[in-house]
Amino acid sequence: MSVDRYARHLALAGFGAAEQARLRAATALVIGAGGLGSPALLYLAAAGIGELVVSDFDTVDVTNLQRQVLFTVADVGRPKAEAAAGHLRELNPDTTVTPVGSRLLDAELLAAVRQADVVLDCTDNFGTRFALNQACVQARKPLVSGAAIRYEGQLAVFRLDRPGGPCYRCLWQEEAEELESCRGNGVLGPVPGVIGSLMAVEALKIASGCAPSADGKLVLYDAVENDWRQLKLERDPACPACGAEQ
Amino acid sequence: MSTVTVQIPPPLRPFADQAAALEIEATTVGEALARIGAGREALISRVLTPEGELRPYVNVFVGARNARHLDGLSTPLDDGDVVAIIPAVAGG
Repeated sequence: MSVDRYARHLALAGFGAAEQARLRAATALVIGAGGLGSPALLYLAAAGIGELVVSDFDTVDVTNLQRQVLFTVADVGRPKAEAAAGHLRELNPDTTVTPVGSRLLDAELLAAVRQADVVLDCTDNFGTRFALNQACVQARKPLVSGAAIRYEGQLAVFRLDRPGGPCYRCLWQEEAEELESCRGNGVLGPVPGVIGSLMAVEALKIASGCAPSADGKLVLYDAVENDWRQLKLERDPACPACGAEQ
Repeated sequence: MSTVTVQIPPPLRPFADQAAALEIEATTVGEALARIGAGREALISRVLTPEGELRPYVNVFVGARNARHLDGLSTPLDDGDVVAIIPAVAGG
């Protein structure tokens, strides 16, 4: 590991050699290598995280390139996890990248979550979001959750590694229907970039311990007005996902 | 009656004449939603079920707090309160 590479980390207050070493020893599980996953993965790799497990069962489509900045024209048609792994290894050979090209379900998902120090939900559907939340509750792993569509983004950090905090299911109901999707509604390319970058910030804080994570709040970004809002996240004592766990 | 502002999220603005916010008189969250839904069936049907419950993919916040963790639709409102309708987003 080159110390020079991380010199701008090491110049930070609160981010010394111990924090960089902690980051080097950490594993992040990133589910979804799309608009959110692209910047999150790039920043985590560039920062020198020890291992990135990249899970995505999709292939790169030409319509992805408008926002999924991890990929190039040459990647169109390739499995996303594999293409992402190649680019991330080029970006930083210090980081071990493990691509998972199949959909992680049930026991496999839980096993992957258990091996991670921080989990990033970069997915595009509620079913996976609830399943991932449940696995993080069960494994007591911190979950960084982002979402973006059109001109709007949302960010929340759930410290499920600590007792007493809310989970994703405390905020949204399990029966949630798909109100909108990127395919049907469109998305301004940098909007998931903004949210994915914030996800990387939170994951880096959790993995390195350089600063407290921004848990307990739902951050809303309106790109039309450049308006940012924060709402309070609260635990639901009757939550079917985490109610019995805490 | 309290004068409150109800913030309309972007996906629902087409059903509210593109308004980002509506100022109305109401004493509870449920009443505020009923007021903004009056004559706007397409709007309110995306926020409330036919039985009058909040839809699963929608939260309503009063200030920074989720009404589900207060008194739900019965949550009382004060003058100047901001009621925000926040839909779940899954896009990634």
